[in-house]
Amino acid sequence: MSDILLRTSDLSFGYPQRNGLFRKPALREVIKRVDLAVPRGSVLGLVGESGSGKTTLGRLLVRLLQPTSGGIQFDDVEIGQLDEAELRPLRTRIQMIFQDPQSSLNPRLRLGTTLTRPLGVHGRLRGQRDQRERAAALLDLVGLPPDCADRYPHELSGGQRQRAGIARALALEPDFIVADEIVSGLDVSTQAHILLLLKELRARLGLTMVFISHDLSVVRVLCDDVAILHHGEVVEYGAVARVFGAPQHAYTQQLLAAIPLPDIEPGWLDDAPPAVTSQQQGSAA
Amino acid sequence: MTATLAVEGLKVAIGAANVLRGVSLALQPGEVRGLVGESGAGKSMLGRAVLGLLPANATIISGHIAFEGRDLLDMRETERRGLLGRRIALIPQDPMTSLNPVKRVGAQIGSLLRHHLGLSKRAALTRATELLTEVAIREPDRVLSLYPHEISGGMRQRVLIAMAFACDPGLVIADEPTTALDVTVQRQVLQLVERLRRRHGSAVLFVTHDLGVVAKICRSMTVLHAGRVLEEGQTADVLARPRHPYTRALLAATPRADRPAEALRPVPPALIEQLWSEAHRLDQPAIAGPA
Repeated sequence: MSDILLRTSDLSFGYPQRNGLFRKPALREVIKRVDLAVPRGSVLGLVGESGSGKTTLGRLLVRLLQPTSGGIQFDDVEIGQLDEAELRPLRTRIQMIFQDPQSSLNPRLRLGTTLTRPLGVHGRLRGQRDQRERAAALLDLVGLPPDCADRYPHELSGGQRQRAGIARALALEPDFIVADEIVSGLDVSTQAHILLLLKELRARLGLTMVFISHDLSVVRVLCDDVAILHHGEVVEYGAVARVFGAPQHAYTQQLLAAIPLPDIEPGWLDDAPPAVTSQQQGSAA
Repeated sequence: MTATLAVEGLKVAIGAANVLRGVSLALQPGEVRGLVGESGAGKSMLGRAVLGLLPANATIISGHIAFEGRDLLDMRETERRGLLGRRIALIPQDPMTSLNPVKRVGAQIGSLLRHHLGLSKRAALTRATELLTEVAIREPDRVLSLYPHEISGGMRQRVLIAMAFACDPGLVIADEPTTALDVTVQRQVLQLVERLRRRHGSAVLFVTHDLGVVAKICRSMTVLHAGRVLEEGQTADVLARPRHPYTRALLAATPRADRPAEALRPVPPALIEQLWSEAHRLDQPAIAGPA
C-alpha cells in the first residue's frame, strides 16, 4: 500500500469546441497536464480565481468527469477511464461535498432520510431502527442535535445546513473527500466552527481531502499542501508554510498581495489599478 | 461643519421583527466609514433606510436620518427622490442584477445623466465616455455599445461605480460591492472607489462583512449586531484595541493568510446568545421595569 492515496499524472480535460460547421471540433483545454499527489490522511488545498478550472479539476478527481488524457490513480488503481459500472464500488470510498448545501440537500426530505439514503442505495441499512440510529450518529459526528433528523433543510441555519452536507458525505465512511468551496457563503463566526469541525473529523476519521477554495486564508487554516491553479495549470505546488511564506510564482505573489488583511497598511490602495480591456469578457462565473 | 449623514436613534421593523434597534451614526464630508456586521446584523437595512429603499413591509418606528442637515424622513417624497442617484448614490452588491439586461450600457448611463444633470443626448454620451475612462475601462466607446451580459463581472462593477459617482454625490452607500469578486479584481475595485471618492469629494458608507476590506479602505468603522451598534471608532484603534468582546471575537475568528492555523478562535456561541438576548430585551416596552 503506497502512502499516496490519490495521484494524477498529466491530467488534462477539454471541452469540444466547434469553430465552424465543417471544421473538426477542437478541444478547448480547461485543465492542462496537472500532476498532484495527495498522501493518505493529508489535506490538499486547490486555490484559484473564477475560471481557473478548480471546480472542473475537483469533478475529475471524483470522476464526475472523464479526463481527455492523462491518468488518475486512486489507491494504486488507475480510474481515469473506468466506466460507470466499474466506478460503482469506488463511489462509496470517494465523496464530494458541494458549495451550496441549500441546493444539494433535497428540500422535500427530512434530514434523517437524506443522511441515510446513500446507505440504503448501497444496501447497508437494516430496517428503520438501524436507519434512525445511523442518522443520530451522523448528526452527532458533525455536532448537530439528534432532533435535526426530523427537520427539513429550510428549517436549518446556513451553518447547520453545511454541517448536514458534511454528514451526508461521511455516511458511507469514505477514505477520500473533495470539498468544493464549502465555507464560502458563511459568516466568519460560522465559518471558523466549520473549519475546526473539518480539522477534528480529519484527525478522528483519518480522512484524506482535497479542499477547493478561492480563499487563501481559509486554505491556510486547514491544508497541509496547496496547489495554485491559473488558467487550468498548476503554477505553484508545495507545503502550505512554504507557499505562503515564500511564494515563487508571480501569480501566487499577486494573489497573496491582493488579500486584504485586517491590518492598517498604508499604500495598499495607492497603486494605480491596471486597466481592464474590453476584450476580457465573460470570465466571471 | 454639518455632517453629511447623521442617523439618530433609528428603529426599523419588518413586520413584527425589529431589524434596527436604535442606531446612531454620523459621517463627516469626505469620510469613509465601514459598517461591519454578519448576516442579520441590519447593515444593509440601514443603507436602504438612508436611500429610502426599505422593503414595503418595513416601518420606521422612530429616529431621524439627516443628509447635509436636512431630515430625509420629513421631506416630501418628490424632493427625496430628487436627491437619489444625484446627491446620494448607491454602489449595489450584485453587479449581475443591478444593470438593465435589455438596455445597452451607454443608454443606461446616458439616461442617468440626462435625468439628473439635464444634459443633451450628445453631451451625455461624451460625459459617459469620460466616466468610463475614469474607471479605467479601455475602449469606452465600445463598452458603451455593449449589453451588460457581454462584459465581465469586474467590468460591470466598474460601470456601476462610474454611475454612482457620475453626479458628484455628497454620499455614496457601497453595499458589499466587492463580495462577489475575485481578490485581485476586488483590490482593483477598492482602489478605484478610493480614487473616485477623493476626486469627487464624496463621503462613503461602506457596508461589508469583511474586516480586511474595512482595514484597507475605511478611516472609521461601526460594528453592528442584531440592529445595535456595539462599537465604533477610528479603524486603526478598533482593530488594534477592540473594546467590545464581539469585535474581539470576530477578529479572532477571521482566518488570516499570514498566520498559521492555531491562531483561529471561533466566536463562542454563548456570546452570540447573550448579544441576542440583550437585543431582545431592548424590544420589551420600557414600562416592564427591571427584570
